[in-house]
Amino acid sequence: MAISFEKAFGMHPHALLIREKRSEVLAENIANADTPGYKAKDVDFQQALSLAQSRQGQSASRTHEQHFHIASTMAKDSLFRHPDQPDTGDGNSVDIHRERNAVMQNNLEYQASLTFLNSRISGLKKALTGTGQ
Amino acid sequence: MSISKVFDIAGSGMTAQSVRMNTTASNIANANSVSSSIDETYRGRHPVFATELSEARRQQGDSAGVKVLGIVESDAPLNVEYAPNHPLADDNGFIYKPNVNIMEEMANMISASRSYETNVQTADAAKQMIMRTLRMGQG
Repeated sequence: MAISFEKAFGMHPHALLIREKRSEVLAENIANADTPGYKAKDVDFQQALSLAQSRQGQSASRTHEQHFHIASTMAKDSLFRHPDQPDTGDGNSVDIHRERNAVMQNNLEYQASLTFLNSRISGLKKALTGTGQ
Repeated sequence: MSISKVFDIAGSGMTAQSVRMNTTASNIANANSVSSSIDETYRGRHPVFATELSEARRQQGDSAGVKVLGIVESDAPLNVEYAPNHPLADDNGFIYKPNVNIMEEMANMISASRSYETNVQTADAAKQMIMRTLRMGQG
């Protein structure tokens, strides 16, 4: 019987993908910080995760097409942010400080997910080799 | 790989901000360029930013960078000065100075350099994420 990586890694690979997507959305916000009329976006983590997990059962037998599909469904979870100020003069709702903090937070959360994944991998290795190396 | 798009997006932001820095430098350098006619006078130049969203990307709900739509010249009135002794004065004794506000340009420059910096930091954060992912399972 093959080892099920899906079960071994749990939600962490999905979480990583969503963090990755979020880093992209935040980068977009920062790049467009001076674009008139641009509205800041962010990823709804909970919704994106539940969407990604509900596809977990199907994703086992799919190949490249499925990856693309997950990415496109996650993109729809990016929602517009509630602006802090009603009007900034040019219709732009990006708060650069908020975005920078979000990037930092996202980076840390990505690291946390990676750490969890790493510990799962080292657990698997330990089980396979019996030495933990 | 979605995270490598961060480099494209941050790169587009850096390009746009450097265009802004360029126009600011041009405006400040020419702030005192005097001329003897309205048509020949230098006018303040400012880039117009827009979200870089192609049709295909919009349908996928994909993220997008920023692009410079174009550079427009300021419509503000020129500074006209009466200086009959100036070598470039016209027949009526007027010289024309650009409609560049140095204070505005300085603020613009600081804003552009800060935005550039933030884009660099975003790319840096993405690089860290990728490096850590590449080392996954090794430590």
